[in-house]
Amino acid sequence: MRYEAPETLDTAVALLAGARGDARVLAGGTDLLVQMRYDILDPELIVDIKRIPEIRAVTEEEGGWRIGAAVTGAELKEHAALGRAWPGVVEAANLIGSTQVQGRATLGGNLCNGSPAADSVPALIAAGAIASVAGPRGRRDVPVEDVMIGPRKLSLERGELVVSFLLPPRAKGSGDAYLRFIPRTEMDIAVVGAGVSLTADDAGTITRARVSLGAVAEKVLLVPDAAQAIVGSRLDRAAQERLEAAARAACRPIDDKRGTVEFRIEVAGVLTRRAALIALERARAR
Amino acid sequence: MQAKTSAALPQSYVGTRTVRPDGVDKVTGRARFGADFNLPGQLVGRVLRSPHAHARILSIDTSKAERLPGVKAVVTRDDFPDQSSEFIPAGEMMMNYRDVVRNVMAREKALYEGHAVAAVAATSTAVARRALKLIDVQYEVLPHVIDVVDAMKPEAPLLHEDLYTAGVEPKPERPSNIAKRVEIGHGDIEAGFARADVIVEREFSTQPVHQGYIEPHAALASVSEDGAVELWCTTQGHFIVRAHCARLLGLDIGKVRVTASEIGGGFGGKTVVYLEPLAVALSRKAKRPVKLVMSREEVFKASGPTSGARIKVKLGATKAGKFTGAFAELKYQAGAFQGSPVQPGTMCAFAPYDIEHVKVIGYDVVSNRPKVAAYRAPGAPISEFAVESVVDELAKKLEIDPVELRLQNAAREGTKAAYGPKFGPIGLIDTLHAVEKTNHYTTPLEEWQGRGVASGFWFNIGGETCASLTVNEDGTVSLMAGTPDIGGLRASLAMVAADELGVPYDKVRPIIGDTGSVGYNFLTGGSRSAFSGSMAVVEAAKQIKADLCTRAAKLWELAPDQVAFENGHVKPVGDTNGRHKPVSVADLAKVAGKTGGPIGGVGRINAQGAGPSFGTHLVDVEVDPETGRVTILRYTMAQDAGRAIHPSYVEGQYQGGAAQGIGWALNEEYIYGADGKLQNAGFLDYRMPVASDVPMIDAIIVEVPNPRHPYGVRGVGETPIVPPMAAIANAIENATGIRFTELPMSPPKVLKALKERGLNGVKA
Amino acid sequence: MAKHHVTATVNGDAVEFLCETEETLLDVLRDTLHLTGSKEGCSSGDCGACSVTLDGRLVCSCLVLGCEVAGRSIETIEGMATGETLHPLQQKFLEHAALQCGICTPGFLVASKALLERDPDPTETEIRYWLAGNLCRCTGYDKIIKAVMDAAAEMRTS
Repeated sequence: MRYEAPETLDTAVALLAGARGDARVLAGGTDLLVQMRYDILDPELIVDIKRIPEIRAVTEEEGGWRIGAAVTGAELKEHAALGRAWPGVVEAANLIGSTQVQGRATLGGNLCNGSPAADSVPALIAAGAIASVAGPRGRRDVPVEDVMIGPRKLSLERGELVVSFLLPPRAKGSGDAYLRFIPRTEMDIAVVGAGVSLTADDAGTITRARVSLGAVAEKVLLVPDAAQAIVGSRLDRAAQERLEAAARAACRPIDDKRGTVEFRIEVAGVLTRRAALIALERARAR
Repeated sequence: MQAKTSAALPQSYVGTRTVRPDGVDKVTGRARFGADFNLPGQLVGRVLRSPHAHARILSIDTSKAERLPGVKAVVTRDDFPDQSSEFIPAGEMMMNYRDVVRNVMAREKALYEGHAVAAVAATSTAVARRALKLIDVQYEVLPHVIDVVDAMKPEAPLLHEDLYTAGVEPKPERPSNIAKRVEIGHGDIEAGFARADVIVEREFSTQPVHQGYIEPHAALASVSEDGAVELWCTTQGHFIVRAHCARLLGLDIGKVRVTASEIGGGFGGKTVVYLEPLAVALSRKAKRPVKLVMSREEVFKASGPTSGARIKVKLGATKAGKFTGAFAELKYQAGAFQGSPVQPGTMCAFAPYDIEHVKVIGYDVVSNRPKVAAYRAPGAPISEFAVESVVDELAKKLEIDPVELRLQNAAREGTKAAYGPKFGPIGLIDTLHAVEKTNHYTTPLEEWQGRGVASGFWFNIGGETCASLTVNEDGTVSLMAGTPDIGGLRASLAMVAADELGVPYDKVRPIIGDTGSVGYNFLTGGSRSAFSGSMAVVEAAKQIKADLCTRAAKLWELAPDQVAFENGHVKPVGDTNGRHKPVSVADLAKVAGKTGGPIGGVGRINAQGAGPSFGTHLVDVEVDPETGRVTILRYTMAQDAGRAIHPSYVEGQYQGGAAQGIGWALNEEYIYGADGKLQNAGFLDYRMPVASDVPMIDAIIVEVPNPRHPYGVRGVGETPIVPPMAAIANAIENATGIRFTELPMSPPKVLKALKERGLNGVKA
Repeated sequence: MAKHHVTATVNGDAVEFLCETEETLLDVLRDTLHLTGSKEGCSSGDCGACSVTLDGRLVCSCLVLGCEVAGRSIETIEGMATGETLHPLQQKFLEHAALQCGICTPGFLVASKALLERDPDPTETEIRYWLAGNLCRCTGYDKIIKAVMDAAAEMRTS
């Protein structure tokens, strides 16, 4: 098994594209190393991308934020300005695993591991994040909701990797939140995950919203119907019920060792409502 | 933090909170656990395990693996001679050597996914892994059965063609998966129920749960050319390991020397052998040391959890609250070989109560899962979960406070236990009162919060124990015990030795001896190590004190009855009182050579008189009606320790057992697919409580001294895991009005039940 | 396949070792550098018994490859005491009987130290959530949390 730690993006792309056997990107390693240890993966080549500067940077860009794909959850938590703009994204990244895992886990890895239960992905999708992808044919932008298309299935081509995420500029009166349901208080994979980002005007009426659900389908869902259910409202009881119904209607979960179909659908509604209420509270505070 | 001292008397340690002598090594990473030992030239061992839940093994071809460069030995069933049927104690359970050899290495059949089929020793992990892939095993896959009720059906897949249900008359004509039927009780339950004004009858089910020790099994064996074996392993009983390895491999016991490493948790799960005979067999073949360590996945798939079960309970009482009749039927999974803890389960079910008419029936049932191993009060948590839930339901029906109902029927000194003997002094009532008196008991609750109480019992055992005390030339004392120290034993024994000999605690250095250095000790289990170990230490100290008196008498030219040992010194007594200054242990140690030679004593006992330990737990929960999540808000527990040698470690046993019970109640279970394979063989999806899942656990030590122990000690380690599941189920019932009878009470189940009753909804 | 040659710093000392690509930092610490204080409980990042700090960041060493630590600084349990003087956390763990079998103790100590270096005055809840990645099966966590709070108090006054 080869290990390479390129210092430029072009080298990384060339290594991935030119690999004969299975080549894997190594960012935080919190999924890759476990899969290797448990004989799920046996790559021929590991490409450690952590020495590439733009993949590790957090920078302001035209009023928005560009987050390198290999910035860790712990580093995001320590970034005060980012946390003020996007508390939902930061809290989602810091729900992954444990403190130790957050010390290594990254947004890029969390997305590209391809699990529909990934904690940071619903928050990124709700935020309207765009992934910047580099590959043998150059750079392209992909909305995060279009990157994961199925369990362990990405829309990336061979040789492509996610370099960074661009979060759009935050309008005044905006807030986001991510909630997940797990049986314990920590350490579990999300049974349901709900990310909500919204903007409200001075009167408290929601003018824009995005809702995303994780662990309830074969990929992380963007749920436009759920967003529609609350735009134009002040998230009163009726709007909440519409929101819950729309969230539930979008679910197509499975029964597995972590939850039943019935449970996931029921809780998806509950969490979406709760996340929306927190997002609205944060929006009002800004 | 030490007891008050007087100028003349040596300090008394028992009952104080000393710092444990092995503690510094454990907080610095110096202490060596099972996988921390290495020998030059050692080989890496790996085990090939069955991917099938049930299969006949048609053939095993290891030739390609043996030829792989770097492979130094391969073993299969052919390397383990068959064993005749013989039952032996396995902790507090029994096992049969004929089954042990088959569990250690599959023989005719693979009986569970993970069953060991072959093992290799190689020069590196990479080579060992490749070698396993080269072993060709031909299986005839058979239908499997996991659930205990399914396994009892006549048409169920049969695990053992020669298993006929014991304990039934006449002996069945056909074999089945029901290994044994047991029954205990007294009186006439029909009469008992006839007298009842209210009867509650309920069925319960529990899933298998694992002991969950953080340290996987590990063994390092080195066999020399003359067949002498050195073995380091993580175990609760190195003498048991020695006996099993000797038996399975045809060795003289005296030629096998086992050193118990520090042990990273056992809870009963390390009272049996898995890797040890394999390591010895491989080392014998390879003529080099062989080290085997289980992965976490192997621990879950191939080491014994406890039984899953179905339980039926029927309890009747008068309007005034007197229990008149009690019946229970227990069906326990044994895993692939017979020997579930159903017998202790039947004995403990109603043990906290004085009931005139009791009958408990139990079935030991095999199924295609790893052979169950002991797990902290084996059998009792399951049966007492069911009974304590029914007691609570009865209390509600009778409109009597659940603590009051228990007080009314509580076993006390002189009560004839459901399982036979009469209790001596016991502390159940004291624990009930202790809980009633707490601030917790009367704190008001809010909506969706509930409070539950439950009591529990475990017998505790004594058993064969050896401990030696040696007084060194400078007056320090070396203490050698023979039961692995799971969590504080060395501190407790050193405290007893210090008090007995009147020497400072830090002058006593306790170690756990290997099997070659100290006489036979039964394993650490049954809550026996402090109880029996301290008894053996007292005996050893007695010998030393008598010896010191003899030496001083000779020196002073007095008769033996003119000297006595008091407060760490030998002094003349009676008429000769004051004739000579008292001499300390250290003084006499200096002249040991001149007065007869080295000074020491050995306590060799079969400790009797273990006292049962009763406990009562009180828990507050909050249920989220929209998600079914149960949060433990507050936890208080009181348990009778007889006499707490080291209160901190007694509290630690209480709190640890309670936390395991919380996990058992809410989230822990083995999840099997339809293919009989374990789906959650890791700490991610086998959900044990983490630090944020539990609150502080208030542990109240009650002391009703055990009259049969020199200090009044009772074993305490196992009772704590018995009450939590029922206490939590009772609290959830109090919060929601719903009685849950299936463990674990995980969110999907709770939410479903709330929905069915239209109770789920927006939290206020 | 040739091994990787790695130089790094462990507990302040320069170290040099060879490792295969798939060897984790935990494998290297235990098997190559003979620092067996960090324990292997699960190899999947779920128990925290292998906790170390990497350039000051608390991580599971089973989730880091040996070849990833070239030029980096690692602190393990073996580096926690200073000569004969135990760290206040180590001392408090002993005084509070915050360990029974002790297998999880190195992980808890490393993780707690990382917490107190960031936040000298954490609440009970903050401590519990920070330490949620460290499993203990023996103690029920009660005395561990008390030991950490007591150590934090002592460190704040010294």
